[in-house]
Amino acid sequence: MALVLNDEQLMLQDAARHFLAERAPVKHLRELRDSDDPDGFSRTLWSEFVEMGWTGILVPEAYGGLDYGYTGIGLILEECGRTLTPSPLMSTAMVAVAALELAGSAEQRSVILPEVVGGRHLLALACDEGPLHAPEPAQCKAEMREGHFVLSGSKKAVVDGHIAQSFIVSSRTESGASLFLVPAGASGVTVQRYSVLDTHVAATIEFNQVELRPDQLLGPPHQAQGLLDRILDVARIGAAAEMLGIAREAFEQTVDYLKQRKQFGVPIGSFQALQHRAALLFGELELCQSLVLKALHSLDEDSDDLAELASLTKAKLGETAQLATAEAIQMHGGIGMTDDFDIGFYIKRYRILESLYGDRNFHLDRFARLRGY
Amino acid sequence: MTELTEYRQEVRAWLEQNCPESMRSPYRSEAEVCWGGRDFKFQSKDQETWLRRMAEQGWTAPTWPKEYGGAGLGRVEAKLLKAELARLHARPPLVSFGISMLGPALLKFGSEALRQQHLPPITRGEIRWAQGYSEPNAGSDLASLAARCEDQGDHYLLNGSKIWTSYGDHADWMFCLVRTDFEAKKHEGISFVMFDMASPGVTTRPIRLISGKSPFTETLFENVRVEKNQVIGEVNQGWTVAKYLLTHEREMIASTGLSSAGTVPVGKTAAQSLATEDGRLRDTILRADIARFEMNERALELTIERARDEVKAGVSLGATSSMFKYYGTELNKRRQELLMSIYGHDALSWEGQASHEGRLARAWLRSKGNSIEGGTSEIQLNIVAKRILGLPG
Ligand SMILES: Cc1cc2nc3c(=O)[nH]c(=O)nc-3n(C[C@H](O)[C@H](O)[C@H](O)COP(=O)(O)OP(=O)(O)OC[C@H]3O[C@@H](n4cnc5c(N)ncnc54)[C@H](O)[C@@H]3O)c2cc1C
Repeated sequence: MALVLNDEQLMLQDAARHFLAERAPVKHLRELRDSDDPDGFSRTLWSEFVEMGWTGILVPEAYGGLDYGYTGIGLILEECGRTLTPSPLMSTAMVAVAALELAGSAEQRSVILPEVVGGRHLLALACDEGPLHAPEPAQCKAEMREGHFVLSGSKKAVVDGHIAQSFIVSSRTESGASLFLVPAGASGVTVQRYSVLDTHVAATIEFNQVELRPDQLLGPPHQAQGLLDRILDVARIGAAAEMLGIAREAFEQTVDYLKQRKQFGVPIGSFQALQHRAALLFGELELCQSLVLKALHSLDEDSDDLAELASLTKAKLGETAQLATAEAIQMHGGIGMTDDFDIGFYIKRYRILESLYGDRNFHLDRFARLRGY
Repeated sequence: MTELTEYRQEVRAWLEQNCPESMRSPYRSEAEVCWGGRDFKFQSKDQETWLRRMAEQGWTAPTWPKEYGGAGLGRVEAKLLKAELARLHARPPLVSFGISMLGPALLKFGSEALRQQHLPPITRGEIRWAQGYSEPNAGSDLASLAARCEDQGDHYLLNGSKIWTSYGDHADWMFCLVRTDFEAKKHEGISFVMFDMASPGVTTRPIRLISGKSPFTETLFENVRVEKNQVIGEVNQGWTVAKYLLTHEREMIASTGLSSAGTVPVGKTAAQSLATEDGRLRDTILRADIARFEMNERALELTIERARDEVKAGVSLGATSSMFKYYGTELNKRRQELLMSIYGHDALSWEGQASHEGRLARAWLRSKGNSIEGGTSEIQLNIVAKRILGLPG
């Protein structure tokens, strides 16, 4: 696939940008925060996502979706990054749909996917157990008892865990790792919501002797680690796409500011110290753009170097989004530190995405391992 | 699709047949490069054969039109050819400023007569070119150049000097920026001229680099005759040609940062020569540096690929050659630094067979010039800031 967007994708990108700029600019995030919204996202906005088909963008047509591919949802997530729009789009319409498409039984898919498309069923991936991302489940255990699995343990940093109807839970089982589809209302499940620094909401989830039928397995029993890694790679690339939008927006606003703000009688953008840092960031963002597009293509093509690209992209986007959002504050001076001004919000969202699904240290390490050193 | 596959088969078969065995490995040192030119001494029969065969195919300049010695290949075909050459680890049959710099400028701005005169000998490696841009007082501020080229009626006379002329003492011809209008503003009095370096009044003095070699010279002109028909573009409009050529030069230099066909990736090199534990380098700090380098290397590769795809899709490129030049050269410097760390004491040898005459040390030192030649890194950042970002000043 050529590394350019086709006309249809350009139209989608344009439509998403306009829609979000109008319906969910950063002001929207402020309003959610200032009203202490318990969900941390707007259900009205979500129903508009549904109308535009975004919830079904990855879902096959047979289940009412658009079957439009990863590049499409990546573009939308990038635009959501620009406006810092909170929604369960990534957790449900990208990560969970990918998981169901990769490993769901015919039954699971036909029951859940149409509900996802309709915006009625939200899902959350429950993977991490400690403060740092680790793909291998350690303390969550599901033991076989009288034909049932009995799941106990707890999960942290579950994105959209507070609003999901079901969780995709990784757990140790006798001889390996398994994934389960667990209803949020199942007996023994406790969800504890907490808000994080960028006004999003996440959850900690306790599983206390939760009984699960074998048909609640997602994918093969005991051998789901590879599958989980593959699902995580989808999430990593999704997070990278969102970081690209965040970094680009922070950068563009900063370049505008460099042209407007005057000190010493001239625009601050005429100072070479700032020009060079801006030029460097421009270059970094171009590198990032190529990586994100290539990584999305590799999801669409299911290519062999997917894991390597996912790690490389997540690591590079983390590095660059950090730089872009921190430089944005620095180059705005005092006003960049104020809550009244939007520019300081970008670094908050960046930091969340950096930690999710492995930060850049995790991914540089994984990348090196995949390359054999 | 099938047509292309067929084309690929053809290319592969031809290369298998025609690429001499000894040309199927990367250069070990710069001494093995084939530069061509009147007084070039081939190091082997194979080197000469390889150049001749490739030139006959038009594959020393594959995308140039056939009438000028190229093969008229489209972008996709050219990419295939490149991939097939890489598959064999084949060396470039010819490295030439004529191909990478002058050719594109001649094709865009040169008259038909000039193209006919200069392009075919370039593709055959018969004439070697030098670039006469920089002067002692005109480096980054190139447009302030002062070499005086005066109109004598039926010809010009050139006086002045150039500096840092790469391989000036081996070149047959020079393309040169000269001042032809002494009153005009600095960008408007420059012409782009060409002349034979064997002309009376041209002298070169080698300058030795920190890498121990003398790949460039000071070049002096005393009443050098320049023919009136050897001007590319309009008289006094040479700056336009000069800038266009620079974008090609920068793109060429940019690719020095990428591991080319046949070179072993840095991480793999490290894994082969250093201690590992559970398949990981034991030196975890070096390992992280290498991983970050390879991450950026891959990102640049993909970005160059994307830029080419965008050109094909009709999106204009603009000043991105500056960005590529910046990244490519900074990356190559990183690569050389990492190789020095990986090889430690062994990288310090300066002479002898074992070290291929100090290949690592010399390459490391030479790489420091990458971010100076063709316009410094700082100048590239200036260009990005002003032309792409539109920052004032
Ligand atoms: C290996 C090598 C091969 C070369 N081959 C050729 C050749 O074949 N033909 C040819 O014509 N030339 C050649 N050059 C010359 C090269 O193009 C110049 O060296 C280069 O353009 C820089 O000019 P300068 O050396 O005068 O440095 P200067 O312009 O004096 O620069 C000195 C320092 O000041 C910085 N600087 C200058 N202006 C600015 C500014 N506006 N903003 C910020 N920083 C600035 C530079 O970045 C640099 O760090 C070669 C150079 C090298 C190293």
